[in-house]
Amino acid sequence: MAKIVSTVDTTKNAKKTPEKEQPWKELGLKQEEYDRIKVILGRRPTSAELAMYSVMWSEHCSYKSSKIYLRQFGEKVTPEMTKNLMVGMGENAGVVDIGEGWAVTFKVESHNHPSYIEPFQGAATGVGGIVRDILTMGARPIAIMDQLRFGAVSNPDTARVVNGVVSGISFYGNCLGLPNIGGETVFDKVYQGNPLVNALSVGALRHEDLKLAKASNPGDLVILFGARTGADGIGGVSVLASETFDADGPSRRPAVQVGDPFAEKVLIECCLELYAAKVVAGIQDLGGAGLSCATSELASNGQAGMRVQLKEVLLRDESLTPEEILMSESQERMMAIVPKKDLKAFTAIVNKYEVEFSVLGEVIREPRLYINWGKEEIVNVPPRSVAHDGPVYERPVSYPVWQDSLNNNSVKNANLKRSNEASDLAEELVQIISSPNQASKSWITDQYDHYVGGNTALAMPDDSGMVRVSEETGLGVAIATDANGRYCQLDPYNGAKLALAEAYRNVASSGAVPVAVTNCLNFGSPENPEVMWQFKQATAGLADGCLELGIPVTGGNVSFYNQTGDIAIHPTPVVGVLGVIDDVARRIPSGWQDAGNNIYLLGITRDELDGSVWSEVIHDHLGGKPPVVDLAAEKALAELLQGASLQGLLASTHDLSEGGLAQTLVESTLRFGMGARIWLNEITERDRVDLTAALFSESTARVIVSVGREDDVKFVGLCEARGIPVLRIGVTDASGQLEIQDLATWSIEELKATHGATIPEFFG
Amino acid sequence: MKIGVVTFPGTLDDRDAQRAVRIAGGEVVSLWHADANLHSVDAVVLPGGFSFGDYLRCGAIAAQAPVMESIIDAANGGMPVLGICNGFQVLVESHLLPGGLIRNENQHFICRDQKLIVENVDTPWTNGFKLGQEITIPLKNGEGGYIADDETLKRLEGDGLIAFRYSEVNPNGSVNNIAGLRNERGNVVGLMPHPEHAVEPGFGPDTPLAMRSGIDGLTFFTSVLNQVVNS
Amino acid sequence: MPKIIVEVMPKADLLDPAGKAVANALQRKGHAEISNVRIGKRIELHYASTPTDAEVEAAKQIAADFLSNGVIEDVISVTVEN
Repeated sequence: MAKIVSTVDTTKNAKKTPEKEQPWKELGLKQEEYDRIKVILGRRPTSAELAMYSVMWSEHCSYKSSKIYLRQFGEKVTPEMTKNLMVGMGENAGVVDIGEGWAVTFKVESHNHPSYIEPFQGAATGVGGIVRDILTMGARPIAIMDQLRFGAVSNPDTARVVNGVVSGISFYGNCLGLPNIGGETVFDKVYQGNPLVNALSVGALRHEDLKLAKASNPGDLVILFGARTGADGIGGVSVLASETFDADGPSRRPAVQVGDPFAEKVLIECCLELYAAKVVAGIQDLGGAGLSCATSELASNGQAGMRVQLKEVLLRDESLTPEEILMSESQERMMAIVPKKDLKAFTAIVNKYEVEFSVLGEVIREPRLYINWGKEEIVNVPPRSVAHDGPVYERPVSYPVWQDSLNNNSVKNANLKRSNEASDLAEELVQIISSPNQASKSWITDQYDHYVGGNTALAMPDDSGMVRVSEETGLGVAIATDANGRYCQLDPYNGAKLALAEAYRNVASSGAVPVAVTNCLNFGSPENPEVMWQFKQATAGLADGCLELGIPVTGGNVSFYNQTGDIAIHPTPVVGVLGVIDDVARRIPSGWQDAGNNIYLLGITRDELDGSVWSEVIHDHLGGKPPVVDLAAEKALAELLQGASLQGLLASTHDLSEGGLAQTLVESTLRFGMGARIWLNEITERDRVDLTAALFSESTARVIVSVGREDDVKFVGLCEARGIPVLRIGVTDASGQLEIQDLATWSIEELKATHGATIPEFFG
Repeated sequence: MKIGVVTFPGTLDDRDAQRAVRIAGGEVVSLWHADANLHSVDAVVLPGGFSFGDYLRCGAIAAQAPVMESIIDAANGGMPVLGICNGFQVLVESHLLPGGLIRNENQHFICRDQKLIVENVDTPWTNGFKLGQEITIPLKNGEGGYIADDETLKRLEGDGLIAFRYSEVNPNGSVNNIAGLRNERGNVVGLMPHPEHAVEPGFGPDTPLAMRSGIDGLTFFTSVLNQVVNS
Repeated sequence: MPKIIVEVMPKADLLDPAGKAVANALQRKGHAEISNVRIGKRIELHYASTPTDAEVEAAKQIAADFLSNGVIEDVISVTVEN
């Protein structure tokens, strides 16, 4: 990549040469943005300042197109919802009080574009970045999850991306010593040139250990520590996140970042020891936008300023220019604000870990960021103008021209063939459970360590991941994430609510109480008014849904420009729900383990096949309206599961979602290899649906549970008292097979082979 | 009874190994790689992880650490030493156990509940098992394929130095299904699977009785405590 | 046996974590004279007979397209060894 300048451009020089041509356009700035920088500074920016503003005002860092919509997550709340929120949106990650003096922090972030260019390093550094965000809050990271969307399995490029991404997550996550407790993997041709690689991390901390990214005490030292600064991903943030891929591939090949999980593991232990020693007044990780971001955000958050000597930055490559140093995205670096009196203690700890550091400067009272390159002043800016007062756009929004015809093309209107023949339905079931999206993902998840730490109470293939936080009491947290791009394409408002509902239901199914929400909103180009309409709808749906369920959004991430040419991905708002459980020993398995238990279906089945897996796998069809969302019913169901679990009535719970009852029955059978006999006639009679709907409808607010015979009366009584529709649909048995009466019988071995073969066949 | 658990930079399962020692009833002493002092421990566990990033070769840089000089001396003097996964690799790189560990046959990291057959119970770490007993503990490694030259293999087999073999599935292509070894004296044992992840009900492998209830790994730690108490 | 030797190194301006870890270990062992370490790969392609010019060209192509990842690595050399 060509260097931006070859000689140092000082503030003095900038004043003297107001007419100098500057490459603001190449750096992704608009004319009015460049003009605004000149107004803020009262002169043209130096090249270093231009670099800082361009990267910090990029879509990725400034949220300039999404900000006006993200506000509602903070506005559509009640005092009840936020009473346990210790840190809300806007910080590196939200922090939730979970009781007993413990708090947890969690967040999802995207690393989509880098993972297409270099899947292994892109995914690896995505994990590294989100873990540093969690560490920055003062927490010990305790688990990770990943939400992956790839192109069609049959496309030859998909294997390149899948293998690289999975190896990258496996390499980095395993080497960090964080259990990977779940996630999602979806294949759809809409993600072919725009795979989505989202990574979630959760961390735990004692209330008093909370750390914030701010520099507020004049005289405190500004210290950069961790890896050295090199030419990693220079300009990556603004270039990658603000440009759309051309039809024939990435438009530029910027230097990618290489991750070193070993350095990050050492950095985690080092930071935790620094926190315990109470020598850090503020801390920020270096991610996208590197030093530009860390210095300006710390100063802006602390309503103070900073004087920084850039020559003090330890370099891996001595030829870096000051602008490159400011933009470098070298991984595994942190910036700490340390009181002068604590420097000695700080030094002792980082030396123990053989972590390199240098003092770059100090905090000043005047809210101004001064950066020198030797004797020359190259940056002199109000930090707030860089970090927080960037441009905000209300982009044009328009209802997609194709939306109505897509919605009219329902399963019914398209006259999709549906059979009532047992043999046809049995064949459809097999096709569905072996389809790439519904097949077992163990080929992927077996590459991740889910044991490390010794606190994993649930992990894939369970409905949610769960980790113990307190070894004394068993207090723990459960997390589930969901997104259904097909539903969102049909209706982004309700699609986002459906993702929320499913993640909420998954957490409740584990026995935990849902308490907070995070999100990662993956969309096409915000400059396309139809995409912006989808974004507007999805954020409104999610905010309204959270208000209805009474759980707050604690933070999130937006990834725009996921499109190739004019073709955007399906809107894919990944929603993560965090739940709390007072004792993880009480968690509910997702499969049947004992013979002779009764199997109950809770909730009502409607004829809802638009956007379903059945319509996709059997008919390659997408149209109509997604299932109805009934959050009141979801809430009632979650409360019932909570009550029943507290009384120890539930032997297992598994939610119903993609693939409907059929998919859930197969997964419940395969979890522990326990068979069952199922009958569908009562569902078809009570709910007046045909067998296709009974098996494959994706109606919401439904789960199946298994209950020991001795608890039957109590359990059914509980459901009836709470008005939850309950129907006994089968019995578990040790027959070694799954029998759906009047339909078919499969041996468990056969189901396991069918469900397990697909992914290895394409990627193994 | 004091059991030292070593932490190298990049060690991951040290806290798990410490928990296992505590659950078994032992006293934990944390040992730091840069400190050659073993703080009068009675036995040492080298836990799993990616010491020094496992760059160069797994365990190669850790084998050069000051603490290892002391551990090698102590092991040669008869102190019980258990190397788990990366700890096994460190033992091999330190020449306390023969052979080497290479990339898994399928080229992927693998995490699974693994069945093992206990092949030798004459060590401080395995005396609580029955000979031929089948146990299930987690396995998680990227470079767990055991290899050795023919002569070494013949000696290992002939002298009864195989401590554990993989049962049902050989997950990483190890020769003769070797999952773990002991030295001639018996005090040094190394294995790829992770006993410290199967010590506490609720957090171990699944069993036919209940989810995550497997605690077969606990016997490693109770064995050494009994041995040390009895000697 | 005739061979073509391909040497691949991580790109000079990218982080080489393995090289860094080994360099640090050498420092600890007292080798202050070694200022840096970088670790690459040597790949041998074996041929039944001395590779023709076309085969060498093909090997160069293979080295660039398949044996190395141009985003993060450079092919340093492709040499014939008889």
